[in-house]
Amino acid sequence: MALKTKTSTRIGVTILGWGIALWLFFPIFWMILTSFKSEVQAISTPPKLFFMPTLSSYTEVFERANYWHFALNTVIVSVGATAVAIALAVPAAYSMAFMPSKRTRGTLLWMLSTRMLPPVGVLVPIYILARNTHLLDTCTGLAIVDMLTNLPIIVWMLYTFFREVPAPILEAGRMDGATRWQETTMVLLPLALPGIASTALLSLILCWNEAFWSLNLTSSHAAPLTAFIASFSSPEGLFFGKLSAASTLAVAPILVFGWISQKQLVRGLTFGAVK
Amino acid sequence: MATVELKNLRKTYLTEEIIKGISLSIEEREFVVFVGPSGCGKSTLLRMIAGLEDITSGDLLIDGQLVNNVEPGKRGLAMVFQSYALYPHMNVYKNMEFGLKLSGMPEAERRAKIEHVARTLQLEPYLNHKPGQLSGGQRQRVAIGRAIVRNPKVFLFDEPLSNLDAALRGQMRVELSALHRKLGATTIYVTHDQVEAMTMADKIVVLQKGVVEQIGSPLELYHHPRNLFVARFIGSPPMNFFSAIFQGGDAAGSSVQLRDGSSLYVPVTSPGLLPGTKVTVGIRPEHVELASSGPNSGVVEVIERLGAITLVHVRMPDGEIIVVQTDGAVLTDVDTRVSLTLPPRNCHLFAPDGVAFEACHRHPLAA
Repeated sequence: MALKTKTSTRIGVTILGWGIALWLFFPIFWMILTSFKSEVQAISTPPKLFFMPTLSSYTEVFERANYWHFALNTVIVSVGATAVAIALAVPAAYSMAFMPSKRTRGTLLWMLSTRMLPPVGVLVPIYILARNTHLLDTCTGLAIVDMLTNLPIIVWMLYTFFREVPAPILEAGRMDGATRWQETTMVLLPLALPGIASTALLSLILCWNEAFWSLNLTSSHAAPLTAFIASFSSPEGLFFGKLSAASTLAVAPILVFGWISQKQLVRGLTFGAVK
Repeated sequence: MATVELKNLRKTYLTEEIIKGISLSIEEREFVVFVGPSGCGKSTLLRMIAGLEDITSGDLLIDGQLVNNVEPGKRGLAMVFQSYALYPHMNVYKNMEFGLKLSGMPEAERRAKIEHVARTLQLEPYLNHKPGQLSGGQRQRVAIGRAIVRNPKVFLFDEPLSNLDAALRGQMRVELSALHRKLGATTIYVTHDQVEAMTMADKIVVLQKGVVEQIGSPLELYHHPRNLFVARFIGSPPMNFFSAIFQGGDAAGSSVQLRDGSSLYVPVTSPGLLPGTKVTVGIRPEHVELASSGPNSGVVEVIERLGAITLVHVRMPDGEIIVVQTDGAVLTDVDTRVSLTLPPRNCHLFAPDGVAFEACHRHPLAA
């Protein structure tokens, strides 16, 4: 890049950046705004930007459903699925990164290709499997499915992060007498920690927002926050105020969490680019 | 201290054989250098000894014990890597402590050892620094220190100086030699730099394409290269070669006819060679003598003045270039005609298959 960028280009890029950011953020902004409106204000045309905020939607949402029950399920499912996925992905990525064979590349591509299949394509078999193993409407069942759907991406990401760790450092560990386990836990993992953290974060976000399997595999006992939102979308027609309040409540924790850890996330995602 | 023995060691990657049956014995306290062009298999061979690469076939013995299937950490070796391979997340102290800790050595003993080694290598002020805060030379010292504290039977070095600048490389070379004398440990050292090989080794192993070309002391390789490859590889600037016709030989020497018709009687034996065979004559630039007139004349094309010495590149009538290393103060200039004298005792003869003829007299320093 040239040392001096033209001022006009810089202003242009800034405007474009803000434009895209606002474009992406607008739905969330509007959702939050709507959640503080009364039901009448929520559907009024033209939409109102300035109004008397009210918490009525929130109180009704809390009265009608046990938010904490759903939130707890989501936390259990996302954290559980992420932890198991990372535990499985570390050895997989290790062997692919440091002991590649002729089939490594093919395996990686094949794993990624499973993400290209629309989930509904395997809905029936997975539903039947879950039913026969008595995992329907359980946190375990949902966590297993979430974990498996995210595993390819997690392996893939860890693989790229591990590839950044110079092999001689691990070999030095082996020469120093480290077993594979010690080599992994005492040398590799500390070095790849930023990458693992951002991978885990991404997995958490994906699990948190996952709706398809949540809606199909749970009903009440293990229903997570996505099911909580859905429960406000149908029965008596659409109530945008309550729907927005429920949605805001559902995404707020992960939004805050993401905001706090965004530095880590960006660092992890651009790990290979810098250096 | 220990001996290392390689018996017909082979390594195959997929279908390609990289190490093609290498046998070698390394004595106690010996400093052995593996040298060769890139891709010759020297690093692979070292990594096989280290245990970082599997051995496809053959036996590897350390102190007389077969270690083919012993874990790298249990072979009693320590390795210094080209990239140093320090643990970036640990400070210098912890880097050196890692191996000791894994071996279950008590804390007090570890501390004493590390402090002793740090003093030897002048690393004391940096014990709390992370590798990222150190210069290249300091990192190199830490890598060496990490190897020394483990008190290994054999030290392995994989091109340890190639990431340093020229001045530091020279300094570290001397330090490593001194360290080897002090510790007296068996050492295997891989390099592509022949200066390192010549200056540090007790024994040099010249490798090419996974095969040993010659094993010998530095001066043995210099004075009595076994074939064209070794003759070309050892010595800088490299040996001059030109073709000649074999005329006949006896017990005291062999006579060849050079391209310009002159004859040369070289003190090497040539049993069974038929007169009329094409052979190669080799002579080192430092052995060719310049004369203002006489046979073998050519035109000076380039002069490289290095101060102490001068390299004169002479274009011969048949188009070949012969490099002459001479005095720094020589007055010869470009485009002048000079004559070359080839002292027969310094000439080497190579058969058509590249193998050198046996010299009638061994050089006193290469006995």
